[in-house]
Amino acid sequence: MTGLRETIDPAEIAKFEAMADEWWDPAGKFRPLHMLNPCRLDYITRQIAGEFGRDLAAPRPFEGLRVLDIGCGGGLLAEPMARLGADVVGADAAEGNIHVARIHAAREGLAIDYRATTAEALAEAGEAFDVVLNMEVVEHVSDPPAYLAACHRLVRPGGIMVISTLNRTMKSFAAAIVGAEYVMRWLPRGTHDWRRFITPEELAALLGEAGFEVVDRTGFVFNPLGWSWSLSERDLSVNYAMTARHPG
Amino acid sequence: MKPDVLIIGGGLNGAALAIALARAGMPVTLVESRPLDTFTAEDFDGRAYALSLASKRMLAALELWPSMADEAQPILDIRVADGRPGEGAGFGAVHFDHAEIEEGPMGWIVEDRVVRRALIDRLGETPGIDIRAPARVVDHQTTASGAEATLESGETLRTGLIVACDGRESPTARRAGIHRIRHDYGQSAIVCAVAHERDHGGAAHQLFLPAGPFAILPLPGGHRSSIVWAERPALAARLRNAAEDEFLAALRPRFGDFLGPIRLAGKRFVYPLSLSLAERMTAPRLALLGDAAHGIHPLAGQGFNLGLRDSAALAEVLVEAARRGEDVGSPLVLARYGAWRSFDNTTTALAMSALDGLFSNDNPLLRLGRNLGLAAVERLPALKRRFIREAAGLTGALPRLLEGRPL
Repeated sequence: MTGLRETIDPAEIAKFEAMADEWWDPAGKFRPLHMLNPCRLDYITRQIAGEFGRDLAAPRPFEGLRVLDIGCGGGLLAEPMARLGADVVGADAAEGNIHVARIHAAREGLAIDYRATTAEALAEAGEAFDVVLNMEVVEHVSDPPAYLAACHRLVRPGGIMVISTLNRTMKSFAAAIVGAEYVMRWLPRGTHDWRRFITPEELAALLGEAGFEVVDRTGFVFNPLGWSWSLSERDLSVNYAMTARHPG
Repeated sequence: MKPDVLIIGGGLNGAALAIALARAGMPVTLVESRPLDTFTAEDFDGRAYALSLASKRMLAALELWPSMADEAQPILDIRVADGRPGEGAGFGAVHFDHAEIEEGPMGWIVEDRVVRRALIDRLGETPGIDIRAPARVVDHQTTASGAEATLESGETLRTGLIVACDGRESPTARRAGIHRIRHDYGQSAIVCAVAHERDHGGAAHQLFLPAGPFAILPLPGGHRSSIVWAERPALAARLRNAAEDEFLAALRPRFGDFLGPIRLAGKRFVYPLSLSLAERMTAPRLALLGDAAHGIHPLAGQGFNLGLRDSAALAEVLVEAARRGEDVGSPLVLARYGAWRSFDNTTTALAMSALDGLFSNDNPLLRLGRNLGLAAVERLPALKRRFIREAAGLTGALPRLLEGRPL
């Protein structure tokens, strides 16, 4: 929050205030993300609780854990992590998102360290975390091996990274490109390049090369009848996540 | 730190929700305008509830059932009939026997004061509940990130979410600009306990008379029953104040003589019957629960069961949200509660109204149709099992607490 009002002119602040409302409107532009979010959070919180022996029914169960959210956007994952007691850094290369996230966190009374930066730059600066959240980012980067190597340097030995992406199957082509971008218009056209999607086998291999040990793989499955998402151990055909440990 | 949830109204539903949330680790503040012990006074109310199997499971999951069990009468049999005063039951009587579903009794009759005493005792013993009673909320404000309630004393309470359990005229819902759909049935319910010579054997009776439904609900001990008698308001008021002999003379043709001689076993109460549905169950930073959301016709005792279903669903939605770090009062979270509950509440309220409108009518054709309809139900075991399971609250997507599981 520091410095925001000194470095941006008032017209810009008004713009970011409006963008914050838009980011957090459940029926607005980011509706697909809001629909997926409870499912992602269920996965992330259970993986962290399991790895670090925390009880999610206790108040502030993530107290003492340092968490990095890469590609934090408006703070849809960073805020819940802070509410659960974690010490959170939210990073996004898009400076506009960082302004938006800071405004919203201030409204919610949450202390989150938002930074307009990249995973590579944070690794370069020697930052280290117990948990790195890497949700729906890797399919957008140009050099996944180099990116995951940087992520590995950000995770402390004994810490974990939770990573999610889209599988490269006919079903994911139909769901993410044809369905989400063209038919439902949930996402702007061109958001995804299907050729960059990564199969679970490829991701596991990339994580292994980067020095991680994969401890869990789970699918996020959309149910069009209930308009809701659920976790699945078997169906990784479209959206899926993995938890990878930095051995040490 | 501000509490996650502020509950306005410490009646049955507000208390049940507070206990469910606090037991799952969510800090709660409960504000009630009357001193809590008002509710347990012997002559405070006089009503009895027909608790469904699902409601009983929830009360058991909240450890409330053990202190009620001894004073709860299992419903072993429900008899529904169409009739006219003095004629007894029509030929199309339907008989629902608990042996037809495997889960056991179809429900339990528990007097209001027993339920309240159990809830109030548990409220006091549960850590994490800040009770403000007597205290009255005179105003509330909401912002995008929280809510604030102002008490009569001038104190303000900050919270993430307000839950209004303040009854069918809910001042909280009114302040939030939530409109209500109302219907006056033009009936009042006379409620009282009646002592009878013969043992009721755990049977509940529902008779549809032209003036409105008449129910006999078995109370513990075998020789007392609670009656719910719908009548025209003027007659109901007269009957409340009539001498016992005169009252019993009017009651006998309806009650019948199958339980032997009867006498009054307590005070008589009269309640006007009306429907009051809130147009929405949620508003920013606000959720409505129980009668504040849906005051329905008390036919079949579904009001309290519906309220408990609201409490179980809301508690589950809020606890899940809190455990994944979501803002429990955000529109995203409240939308899940609204979607889960509004369909069930509206269908139950409309079904109860339609059922009453269909039966409380003396048209001979309708009467014949009703008898044929009831006779048809009696002859279709599968359909009957469905009605019994519906009455037991075992249909639909059940919240965990209604399955007797903890949050």
